[in-house]
Amino acid sequence: MARRGLKRTLRKYWVFYLMMLPVIVQLFLNNYLPMFGIIVAFKDYNLTDGFFGSPWNGFKNFEYLFKTRDALVITRNTILYNLSFVVLNLVFPIIFALMLNELRHRFLAKVHQTFLFLPYFLSPIVLSYIVYAFLGEFGFVNYTILPLFDMEKIAFYFETKWWPVILPLINTWKNLAYYVVIYMAAMLGIDDEYYEAATIDGAGRWRQTVSITLPLLVPVMVVMSLLQIGRVMFADFGLFYMVPRDSGMLFEVTNVIDTYVYRTFLVFGDIGLSSAAGFYQAIVGFVLVLAANWIVRRINKENALF
Amino acid sequence: MASQAAEEKGRFANRNLVSGKVQFLLHAFFALYSLACIMPIALIVAVSFSTEEDILRSGYKFFPENFSLDAYKFLFIDWFAIVRAYGVQLFVIVVGTVLSVLMMAMYAYPISRLDFPHRRFFSFFAIFTMLFNGGLIPWYIVYVNLLHLKDSIWALIMPFLAQAFWILVMRTFFQNSIPPAVLESARIDGAGEFTAFLRIAMPLSKPVLASVALFQTLLYWNDFFLPMVFIVSQEKMTVQYMMYKALQNIQFIAQNPTIAAEITRSGGQIKLPSETVRMAMGVMGIGPVVLAYPFFQRYFVKGLTIGAVKG
Repeated sequence: MARRGLKRTLRKYWVFYLMMLPVIVQLFLNNYLPMFGIIVAFKDYNLTDGFFGSPWNGFKNFEYLFKTRDALVITRNTILYNLSFVVLNLVFPIIFALMLNELRHRFLAKVHQTFLFLPYFLSPIVLSYIVYAFLGEFGFVNYTILPLFDMEKIAFYFETKWWPVILPLINTWKNLAYYVVIYMAAMLGIDDEYYEAATIDGAGRWRQTVSITLPLLVPVMVVMSLLQIGRVMFADFGLFYMVPRDSGMLFEVTNVIDTYVYRTFLVFGDIGLSSAAGFYQAIVGFVLVLAANWIVRRINKENALF
Repeated sequence: MASQAAEEKGRFANRNLVSGKVQFLLHAFFALYSLACIMPIALIVAVSFSTEEDILRSGYKFFPENFSLDAYKFLFIDWFAIVRAYGVQLFVIVVGTVLSVLMMAMYAYPISRLDFPHRRFFSFFAIFTMLFNGGLIPWYIVYVNLLHLKDSIWALIMPFLAQAFWILVMRTFFQNSIPPAVLESARIDGAGEFTAFLRIAMPLSKPVLASVALFQTLLYWNDFFLPMVFIVSQEKMTVQYMMYKALQNIQFIAQNPTIAAEITRSGGQIKLPSETVRMAMGVMGIGPVVLAYPFFQRYFVKGLTIGAVKG
């Protein structure tokens, strides 16, 4: 019975399977095969023996990885930076969205929004150019700003202490427009009746913002933040690799799991360490994404992935 | 149109916006912030039009002390390298965007159809790729050892062809904006499923297709990771990758055979104006996006908001 049902389905919808075939093949090659390939972390991989021929070596790669200080540094950097991004991507976009929403002049509001969007379109390479133009040896900061305060030149690409400020700043500048658009869309969805009633009750604009707009935005804020927290183990490779210009002196504060995996593999050729770090990221990341999705689902089914 | 304007006016009246003085302050704030968005780009442009001596003496400035095209002249000694990088980039963008939008639409359409029994399974097949991924090494092994795409231009296109996120966005759009009755009447007229998809579903979905196409274009234009991982030969470099090389090590430009020959021939007359050439290279890569995005911004905003409703 079931088989006949399947047969009928296949006959009726064979065009659909054919249409889906290219993406099925692509996802299989690009995503599913590497998922199985993750077991390479338990192997002593070498090129001559290849994927299947290389001998197993149990948890050796993980032992090596967690014996290094790098494991601690990259975990700390990845999580702390990402958490700071979650907070910054909440506070500033909300403030900007509230302010943009107050503007009465439609055309000027559009103009502001267009400028706001510019950084969002820039590639990590362009970001690295911009940061270099300001912080480089001949940069604007060293030649124009610091002399104003009678300060010595700073070798930004060699001193770690500046980067925990610079990276969140750049990230916020770049991504502001994205979150502003999301929060403004949510504000448009708020029913006018609330504001009408509040106006009749004599509530001013500030009061309305605090008592109506912000509380009604809370679900969106929670969902947007949770989605980011779910991905707290995955760093923006471009930001952390390109913007500090891969400067070895800065690794203590710029090395994240993604840059570590890339460097140990493609620069130093240590497949064992790299694949162990990749495995660690994938598994912890998977658990966190599932957890975040589970909570999002309980708040608003519409926003959950599944 | 008129009623919409009236509605808008009504909305603003109800919302009892803040007073004129505050309006002015808000506009002033946003004007300043707009400057903060545009000035960094202006700095790069200004340096690219400066003389190297000025930069070495007084640093990067927003206004060139002496206007100069030296950096561009130097960069264009080997103009072919630049044109070729743009060519590679353009090829990757056009082929990648067209292929990916088509492929994703063809996948999203069946799973949007409520009468398709396997739609849940295939939705999850896509969604799972957003939850779990094998990481860099197994992925690299697949592309290099299995597909043999090392140093191939396809390695710059293939990895971005299917994005689960946009498949879901398209699925939701198809579900909400293609009336099943229209598809039903097409079927009665004898149209096959694929014809219905091509003639009815696709034209009705232009907005979402445009948004996804723009995001894919931006993804392909901004990418540096794939050439960094896969590309070895000079002639397959993209614009972003050349920019990366130039910032990382400016000697990269002087090592270019055509430019090196020119330097030798001049007997040391031509020197590499490293800081300004670097920024000229930056301008080459920034220009197209900065000039184009104001026209397409609308579709990006649309794409972001439909994406956020159902991600």
